[in-house]
Amino acid sequence: MASEGGRKQFWKRSGAKVPGSIQHVYGAQHPPFDPLLHGTLIKPGSKPPTTPVKLKKVSTFQEFESNTSDAWDLGDDDDELLAIAAENLNTEVVMETAHKVIQNHSKLQEQHKFQEEHVQEEKQEEFAQLSSVACGDNRLVKSVSEGHTSSSLDNASENSSMQRSQSLPQTSTPPLTSGMADFNTSVTPALTEREASRLDKFKQLLAGPNTDLDELRKLSWSGIPKRVRPIAWKLLSGYLPANVDRRESTLQRKRKEYFAFVEQYYDSRNDENHQDTYRQIHIDIPRMSPEVLRLQPKVTEIFERILFIWAIRHPASGYVQGINDLVTPFFVVFVCEYIEEEEVENFDVSSLPEEVLQNIEADSYWCMSKLLDGIQDNYTFAQPGIQKKVKMLEELVSRIDEQVHRHLDQHEVKYLQFAFRWMNNLLMREVPLRCTIRLWDTYQSEPEGFSHFHLYVCAAFLVRWRKEILEEKDFQELLIFLQNLPTVHWGNEDISVLLAEAYRLKFAFADAPNHYKK
Amino acid sequence: MGSSEEDYNFVFKVVLIGESGVGKTNLLSRFTRNEFNHDSRTTIGVEFSTRTILVGNAVVKAQIWDTAGLERYRAITSAYYRGAVGALVVFDITKHQTYDVVERWLKELYDHAEASIVVMLVGNKTDLAQAREVPMEEAKMFADNNGLLFVETSALDSTNVEEAFETILKEIFYKVQKQRSSQTNTVSLASENPASTAAAQAERRPCCVAL
Repeated sequence: MASEGGRKQFWKRSGAKVPGSIQHVYGAQHPPFDPLLHGTLIKPGSKPPTTPVKLKKVSTFQEFESNTSDAWDLGDDDDELLAIAAENLNTEVVMETAHKVIQNHSKLQEQHKFQEEHVQEEKQEEFAQLSSVACGDNRLVKSVSEGHTSSSLDNASENSSMQRSQSLPQTSTPPLTSGMADFNTSVTPALTEREASRLDKFKQLLAGPNTDLDELRKLSWSGIPKRVRPIAWKLLSGYLPANVDRRESTLQRKRKEYFAFVEQYYDSRNDENHQDTYRQIHIDIPRMSPEVLRLQPKVTEIFERILFIWAIRHPASGYVQGINDLVTPFFVVFVCEYIEEEEVENFDVSSLPEEVLQNIEADSYWCMSKLLDGIQDNYTFAQPGIQKKVKMLEELVSRIDEQVHRHLDQHEVKYLQFAFRWMNNLLMREVPLRCTIRLWDTYQSEPEGFSHFHLYVCAAFLVRWRKEILEEKDFQELLIFLQNLPTVHWGNEDISVLLAEAYRLKFAFADAPNHYKK
Repeated sequence: MGSSEEDYNFVFKVVLIGESGVGKTNLLSRFTRNEFNHDSRTTIGVEFSTRTILVGNAVVKAQIWDTAGLERYRAITSAYYRGAVGALVVFDITKHQTYDVVERWLKELYDHAEASIVVMLVGNKTDLAQAREVPMEEAKMFADNNGLLFVETSALDSTNVEEAFETILKEIFYKVQKQRSSQTNTVSLASENPASTAAAQAERRPCCVAL
């Protein structure tokens, strides 16, 4: 194991070079928000460094506290807890309490929402199950049309959903139907008092004249209310300027710029040197989720353009399978700004005005671009970023849960065999889309969230399944389990717990190597 | 049979390789779960499934690995091939380009896998025969010239999928048997143990290897 000093060095963000070149291809006049350049917390008004400097050391909790202005509200449990933690209380007590509070907080806040989503989720799942069973003979052909049928049926039968579900024949998964009788919530539940107060805080922050980005990050860490998520994401990613007056003009400029790229590059997709790229994108789009969205020709068209333009402008990596998934959360969140319904799956995107769609497309492009800027070495040749991260994950797990680590090792399970996808697709293939969106609230609030914090989330994620992992005594069963984790019913609550655990890990390892003696 | 208690338990690692979109993932799901999914997502990293079948008296567990076809970005290539005793090189009969690159895939295979690996060329998507671009005779000739097994399949309607996997697993099994028997014979010249008898019997079986 690494020595004291080595370990200290290990967990700090090292500025070590990675193989390959990670040139940021700037076409824009507005430099992208780069966590590497801007460090963790810069006070509003301070000048960002003009040249890449040696990475600032990861902020300890104390630093975080001293750098941000106090704006404690009464009854804001999370924030209070953070304050207490800064006063050097016993780490374990703090974290345990944090864990409990976050759980309760999330339960309260998301109860209705979870139920509502749960209902939708169950209905769709049931129909899908039913359709595949009804196919008749042994040859199961799950086709596209069934997915369509289920969602449109859901739409039509929303009011009679309770009766309908109870009259359905038994499916192979009893848990789906058993809980149905309990849910009597309406489609759009009223916000609780707590939710309303949170939403107000966000609205105040976003109103300006200058949004305090540090404050926004702090608030966003625990989740962003759906209504303000589109604008919050744009601000957090650095796409939208903090200054309210500059926003509209910036948006116009960036959107114009994107479509200038389209005009410049998109026609070349059938050229010999771009054919392969375009072809790969073209066959990958139909193989994305959520299924109902990507079947819409308009959506396919938009995604293809976004990905192709990005690939052309980032020749160091070009298009890599997995990058297509990264557009989806932005697209879905930005579309949600224009629709009333709770779920985007039932929505026909082409019903939106052309200009709106164009704006969504351009915004998605830029935000995705900024995300990728921070993790580009994940996708350059041989994907060194991913290999490095998987190794770090292995190291981390060996320290936080030796038993699990040894168990995997004994059965010859290699981390690369299951964690590659976790890194390449940022856990998007392992959890439902709604969970990814919630996860990204925090990732965009954390310094280097998509690269550094993600590592801790992966560690917490793996260890969360320790019971099931330790029960499997066979290489085959272990790997199959790890590649098919049972998260289909996961919601905000599960993610909150995961994030709390990840934060605990990061806190424990980032600057306090002495706490965990090897 | 007298030696029925000789229950050989084998685990054979077989890898699926070939261009992106030729149908590797659905071949895997068809064989291991009898499922075909129009909506299957792009394979990232490696995916993995198993199925156990009988080869003669032996219980053989096929450990089948599937990976992304986008060759350039498979950062885990050598780990993928390690220990593989069989490989299915898959192309799409309706896209000649996916057949053109088969040689490149074979090269990668031989660069990373053991020389004794059993290889089968698979032309997939016969359900779309009306859009065929690769004549069967051409692919068969290529396979014969290069010592590969050959079969055309449809993961969508199941045609020949069982046969493909069964054939390659049988070939692997016979090969393993041969290796074992040649080892056993040198060791147990003086003894009369069932293992050598069974192995000798296996050796006398007609050789249907197309290698």
